[in-house]
Amino acid sequence: MSDGPEAAPSDPAPAGERRARRKAERRDHGRKRRVSVIGVIGELLITAGVVVLFFISWQLWISELIVGHEQQAQAQELNQEWNEQIRDTPAPSPDPSETPEPEEPADTTPPPVQVAPANAVKFAALVVPRWGADYYRTIAEGVGTADVLDKGKLGHYPTTQMPGAVGNFAIAAHRMGHGGSLHYIDELQLGDHIYVETAAGWYQYSFRNLEYVRPTGIGVLDPVPQDPSATPAERYITLTSCNPEHTSNERIIAYGVYDRFYPRDASAPNFGAPDEIAATVSAKA
Amino acid sequence: MYGALWRALPGPWWVRVIILTVLVAAVAAALVFWVFPWVDQFISGQEVTVE
Repeated sequence: MSDGPEAAPSDPAPAGERRARRKAERRDHGRKRRVSVIGVIGELLITAGVVVLFFISWQLWISELIVGHEQQAQAQELNQEWNEQIRDTPAPSPDPSETPEPEEPADTTPPPVQVAPANAVKFAALVVPRWGADYYRTIAEGVGTADVLDKGKLGHYPTTQMPGAVGNFAIAAHRMGHGGSLHYIDELQLGDHIYVETAAGWYQYSFRNLEYVRPTGIGVLDPVPQDPSATPAERYITLTSCNPEHTSNERIIAYGVYDRFYPRDASAPNFGAPDEIAATVSAKA
Repeated sequence: MYGALWRALPGPWWVRVIILTVLVAAVAAALVFWVFPWVDQFISGQEVTVE
């Protein structure tokens, strides 16, 4: 009788010890192995999630900063090349009696028109004061995705005219990511100046209006936009990008009309650049 | 994995934090400058042209 009650309470004690020992063993075991398979998989999954989020933020914001900077540097490089060209070989002015005055619109003399270069060759730069003094991007021939647009450049539709030519100078660029060269296209306001810089000088256009079209709306590229039968008498600029931001459902189109031309001139301050954009184009790369 | 890395690093905790910060920055830079641009080619992006 005395054995029974003694044996009964003595039973839970070893069981508790055993449990404690097992727990301690498991703890030691874990500490010794340090890395468990489940733990590694979990940590890899978390890492993958973080990397994917990082990729998205890169696509949306970081690449825009990086590519924007690259583009600015490339445009400044082009600008300096052109400045050196004009300094080394002063081209004879077509009309030496006419000196461009900032207030006098040079509507009467047609601006020089370049011949389109080979595909993906950059031949111009874009300056839009509305988009900030550091907005300075290159324009290349063609609208190829990999060789032009994804590099942050603006691409010139090869079927459209060159800057300064009567007709339509149409260019495309990304809205988000890849430099987002036309990110703020919807913030343009009537009369905002759009400058296209080439080796010859600066073509000043004034923004007129926005339009939203289907991706198939090639009428925006007509010499007179959206009027295929018309004979052009004016010089237009057309910017195309995607709309809404992030997607490709529609295209946002910005139109401008040509105002005047500022020739590149080695003897003029800032090589003849318009005062409005002098800070942008004369900054050193 | 990260626990093992932490224990494998030498020095007091603040030295390990510095080393880890440098490591993370290096990985981030490699991702941004090489891996992401490479991956990006295979992900169809936005279309911005009319055709």
